[in-house]
Amino acid sequence: MTTTPNPASVATDRVKRGMADMLKGGVIMDVVTAEQAKIAQDAGAVAVMALERVPADIRAQGGVSRMSDPDMIQSIIESVSIPVMAKARIGHFVEAQVLQSLGVDYIDESEVLTPADYTNHIDKWAFDAPFVCGATNLGEALRRITEGAAMIRSKGEAGTGDVSNATTHMRTIAGEIRRLTSLSHDELYVAAKELQAPYELVAEIARTGVLPVVLFTAGGIATPADAAMMMQLGAQGVFVGSGIFKSGNPEQRAAAIVKATTFYDDPDTIAQVSRGLGEAMVGINVDDIPQPHRLAERGW
Amino acid sequence: MAIGWAAMSTPSIGVLAVQGDFREHLAALTRLGAEAVSVRRPSEIDSLDGLILPGGESTTIDRLSRVFDLREPIQTAIAGGLPVYGSCAGMIMLADTIVDPHRGQQTFGGLDITVRRNAFGRQVSSFESDLEVNGLPEEGGPYRAVFIRAPWVEQLGDDVETLATVDYDGETRIVAVRQDNLMATSFHPEITGDDRIHEHFISIVTAAAR
Repeated sequence: MTTTPNPASVATDRVKRGMADMLKGGVIMDVVTAEQAKIAQDAGAVAVMALERVPADIRAQGGVSRMSDPDMIQSIIESVSIPVMAKARIGHFVEAQVLQSLGVDYIDESEVLTPADYTNHIDKWAFDAPFVCGATNLGEALRRITEGAAMIRSKGEAGTGDVSNATTHMRTIAGEIRRLTSLSHDELYVAAKELQAPYELVAEIARTGVLPVVLFTAGGIATPADAAMMMQLGAQGVFVGSGIFKSGNPEQRAAAIVKATTFYDDPDTIAQVSRGLGEAMVGINVDDIPQPHRLAERGW
Repeated sequence: MAIGWAAMSTPSIGVLAVQGDFREHLAALTRLGAEAVSVRRPSEIDSLDGLILPGGESTTIDRLSRVFDLREPIQTAIAGGLPVYGSCAGMIMLADTIVDPHRGQQTFGGLDITVRRNAFGRQVSSFESDLEVNGLPEEGGPYRAVFIRAPWVEQLGDDVETLATVDYDGETRIVAVRQDNLMATSFHPEITGDDRIHEHFISIVTAAAR
C-alpha cells in the first residue's frame, strides 16, 4: 500500500502550475519586512511577494533595482506559513538560482526591477521553483509560457495606483483569447505568426478558450473595487503592490481587498468592505509618467 | 459509476468557494453527473447532500469562512452527519488538531486527526507519486497523486481508517483518511483529471442519503 516517490516526479508541470491553482481567488501582497508579511497573512493574503522596495518607492527613488537581500527574504520566509514569492530581474538567471536556493516558493521574473538582459528572458524550464511572469498581451504571455512560466500576471503600471494599464492589458489578453476561439483551423497558422508564439500553444488556446496556466493581474490596484473589476474582467486573482502599505490603514485595506476578491461579483459586499478605509495610496496618472520610466513596457 | 446512486435523484454537492481551486472540484462533480453548487453564503449550505473543501491556503480559507459567517453552519452540518471531503487545505480544515497552527488559526474539525501543515516542505519539494488508495476501483491502476506544499496526518483516532500512505524520506506518511462520512486527502485529485476520488466521495454521499 506504500509507494516511494520517484525523484523525477518533483517539479513537474502539474506541480508547478498546480501551485498557482491553489492561489486562485486570492490576493498576493508586496511586503518589505517580516512585520508587513505577518499583517498580510493575518489579513488573508494567499502569498506574499518579498521585495526591498515597493514599486512606488522604486519609482520615487530611481536607480537600478535588483533582487532583495537574502537576509530579508529569509526573515520573511521564517515569519509566515503562506507561500513566499520574490522577484528576479528579467534575464538574471543567477538571481533566480539564488532565490530557488533560499526556498522561495514562486519566482517573479519582473519588469518592476531593472532588466539584466534586454534580449533574453530566463530559461525557466531549468528550475525546480515555478515562475510567474508579466504580460501586456497574449503573444507575450505565450512566449513566457514557452520559456517555462507556470503562471502569468497581466502587467499594469506598478507603483502608480492607476488601474488603467491593468485594465487595458487584461482586456487585451482576454480579447485576443476570444478572437482565437472564433478562428477557423487554417487561420491559426497566421494567428501564431502574428502573436509570435508557437502554433501548438495557439491551437490549444483556440480549442480550450483559456490560458494553460493561471492568470492573475497586477499593477496599479489600490482599492477593493479595483480588485473586483479585474476579477470581473477575467483575472483569477490579484497582486497588490504599493496599494496596501502605501495607504492610510494597511490592515483594514488589505482585509477589504481580500474580501472584495472573493465576492468580486457582489456589489453589496464590495460596497460594504469599501467603507471607512481611510486614505488610498496617493496616485500618479500613467499619462504623467514619461515613456522611458514606464515599467509595463519592459519585457517583450 | 451510476450503479451506486441510481436509487437517488442527482446528489447536490457544494464546494466551499471563498478561495482556492474550487472550480476544478465543481468541474469534476459536473463531469460525474452530480449537481455542483458553489458555496460562499450560509444559506447555500442548507440543502446540500455533501460538501467539498478545496485546495487553497488554509489560513485564508479559515479567515474568510469566519468573516462571511460560514464557520458555524459548516460545523453544524458536519456534526449532523453531512458527508464532507477535503483536499489539502480542505484536509487541514477538517482536522480536529493542527500541529503548528498559524497564530489564531482555527479549523472546522470533525475528523479525529492531527495534521502537520506544509509537512513535505516548501514548493520546490512538491511532487507527484503513484498511490494505492483503499476503496477505489482496481481498474485505472494506481492513483497518480499531486502533492503541493501538502500536509500529512501525524496522528489519528481509533475510528479513522487510513486510505493511503506514501513513503517519504524513509518514513511512511498517512495521506488519505476516512471517518464515517468524512474523507480527506493530502493531495489534489481535482487537478489530475482522474475522477476516481470524487466518484468515491459521491458514493459516500449517496449511501448517506439513503
